[in-house]
Amino acid sequence: MIEINKLHKSYYMGSSSLHVLKGIDFNVEDGELVAIMGSSGSGKSTLLNILGMLDNADDGTYDLDKIRIENLDEKTAAEYRNKFLGFVFQSFNLITYKNALENVALPLYYQGIPRKERQKTALSFLEKVGLKDWATHLPSELSGGQKQRVAIARALASNPKVLLADEPTGALDSNTSIEVMALIQKINNEGKTILVVTHEHDIAKMCKRIVHLRDGVIVEDKKIKQNIIKNV
Amino acid sequence: MFNIERWKEIFQSIQKNKLRTVLSGTTVSLGILIFIVLFGLGEGLKNSYSDLFLRQANNVLFLYPGKTTKPYGGFKTNRRIEFDNSDISDIKNNFSDRVELINPTIRYGDVIKYKLESYDFSIQAVSPSNQYIEGNVLMKGRYINQKDIDTKSKVVVIGRLVARDIFKTEDPIGKFINIGSRTYKVVGVFQDLDGDNQESFLYLPYTTRQQILMGSDKVGNIAITFNDKLGGSGAIKLENEIKTFLKKKKSIDPTDPSAIRTRNVADELDRSMQFAGALQVIVAFVGIGTLIAGIIGISNIMVFIVKERTKELGVRKALGAKPSEIIKMILTESIFITSLSGFLGMVIGIIFLNTIDKGLQEYFITRPEVGIGTALFATLVLIIFGVIAGYIPAKRAAEIKPIVALNDE
Ligand SMILES: Nc1ncnc2c1ncn2[C@@H]1O[C@H](COP(=O)(O)OP(=O)(O)OP(=O)(O)O)[C@@H](O)[C@H]1O
Ligand SMILES: [Mg+2]
Repeated sequence: MIEINKLHKSYYMGSSSLHVLKGIDFNVEDGELVAIMGSSGSGKSTLLNILGMLDNADDGTYDLDKIRIENLDEKTAAEYRNKFLGFVFQSFNLITYKNALENVALPLYYQGIPRKERQKTALSFLEKVGLKDWATHLPSELSGGQKQRVAIARALASNPKVLLADEPTGALDSNTSIEVMALIQKINNEGKTILVVTHEHDIAKMCKRIVHLRDGVIVEDKKIKQNIIKNV
Repeated sequence: MFNIERWKEIFQSIQKNKLRTVLSGTTVSLGILIFIVLFGLGEGLKNSYSDLFLRQANNVLFLYPGKTTKPYGGFKTNRRIEFDNSDISDIKNNFSDRVELINPTIRYGDVIKYKLESYDFSIQAVSPSNQYIEGNVLMKGRYINQKDIDTKSKVVVIGRLVARDIFKTEDPIGKFINIGSRTYKVVGVFQDLDGDNQESFLYLPYTTRQQILMGSDKVGNIAITFNDKLGGSGAIKLENEIKTFLKKKKSIDPTDPSAIRTRNVADELDRSMQFAGALQVIVAFVGIGTLIAGIIGISNIMVFIVKERTKELGVRKALGAKPSEIIKMILTESIFITSLSGFLGMVIGIIFLNTIDKGLQEYFITRPEVGIGTALFATLVLIIFGVIAGYIPAKRAAEIKPIVALNDE
């Protein structure tokens, strides 16, 4: 599903530069649930943003579902993000003046899907994350866990190939974190490929594979026995 | 543009940001409102000037005799100059190519009596051309005619207010009134649009007056009308020629400023209209200034709006919004607010002008108005610039990298 080779990324600030990703080689198969770990500043978010086409690499190759991702103009990048990728952010990033249903329906709007169908699809995804009854609530009326579940529903709405989550539980307490991870496991069990950035070991262990980043290179990459969450 | 979803987005965004919307809308409304009001007031000023000159003949030159201030041709200074009948025929003969009517006038005061009551009104002995020059409009009877002049008949035409005061409900025509020790027959009543003062006159033939003054041939002032086609500059030339001619005839120093004085209505009209025109240019300038201020206001607000929404735009990009979609979204909102408040300002401006229509006459502003074309044009200009003002930040927002937008706090 994802193939990256010798990926490099530097940030330039005036005269100084910071080499963040120093030649990453990394493959993800269809249906995997991968945790990306590493200390703060190790380049986890940078990697995820490049995978999400929110940022560009300086060097190396990136293939997503056998499509070479390079030199994209913003219009094509937007199309690819919409079709192939779903994002979940630490700070939810819901649009504050839209209710839960409208937030979930937004990617479908950018796909040009008619209104009726959009509403129906969005509602079914809200139902999937257990928030059907909260469809008309504004984000400010939802708890953190509920917000993140709406965000996950929104990320799934356009039926992407890969779900990218940057510290999805970073702003949640441990019980709510487990709820959200249970939802992610459920979605993964249905076949979705998911990458989760985290620096919590508990969370990483709920995935099927852990990748360790240190100083811009992968220092460890192992399949683990997944800690499956029950009874939530 | 006609995408229901985008309109819904716009209304959501407007509702969410009421203060911002009201602020930017007010800037635009005020800009257009002030422009329209100023422009309308300028128009009203011009109207006042043209009205002022429309109610009387414009092609008139008044000659007033005065006193010499310089010795000349053997005469001492401070000599009183007088016009007489020979001046009238000389002007008629020497300037027949341009001069049309000549109206000698003799103004005097005397007791006016009717049925034992006495009255006080202005009396003036004139020629028939007085009617055209003053802009008198006959209500009843006739005006003084050439036959009255030739036969020195004792007839009088009276203003509307004179008729009302003296005759009340009686019909004045054919009645006799006394002016001084003589009896005159009322032959006509006139009105005058220039107001009450002009309607408080009694006019009688100037030859009649001369006969009463023991056959004097003196007249007071002389008014001359000339060919309309002369225009302002031709009128000034004629004025100077006649003045020079009369000064020579009466042995007055050509440089004496006060022996013969003149008033040239055509020249005054020209200058007044120029003045009013210049004023309107200034007013329009100020108006355009407010429009520009409005445009700058919109630009600032659009920059602010885009900045405030950067993070939201980043989220939208992550969800698949294309740059064109972002531009359309911001632009439609900008156009919507600008158009709505622009037209609102325009309508308020026009209503305001209509409301103050009658109230400003004492400030010399008549019928302040602005053509619907001008109003629409100004509004359109503002909207177009509003679009441009919105486009630049919208484009910048669309081009900003999603990751940068997302990290914006
Ligand atoms: N836009 C940027 N400009 C300059 N430097 C940046 C930028 N983004 C990240 N960096 C730097 O790059 C390095 C890697 O950042 P990154 O966000 O990928 O770290 P991370 O592993 O996600 O850390 P954390 O766990 O704190 O989120 C850090 O040193 C960071 O300061
Ligand atoms: Mg990070």
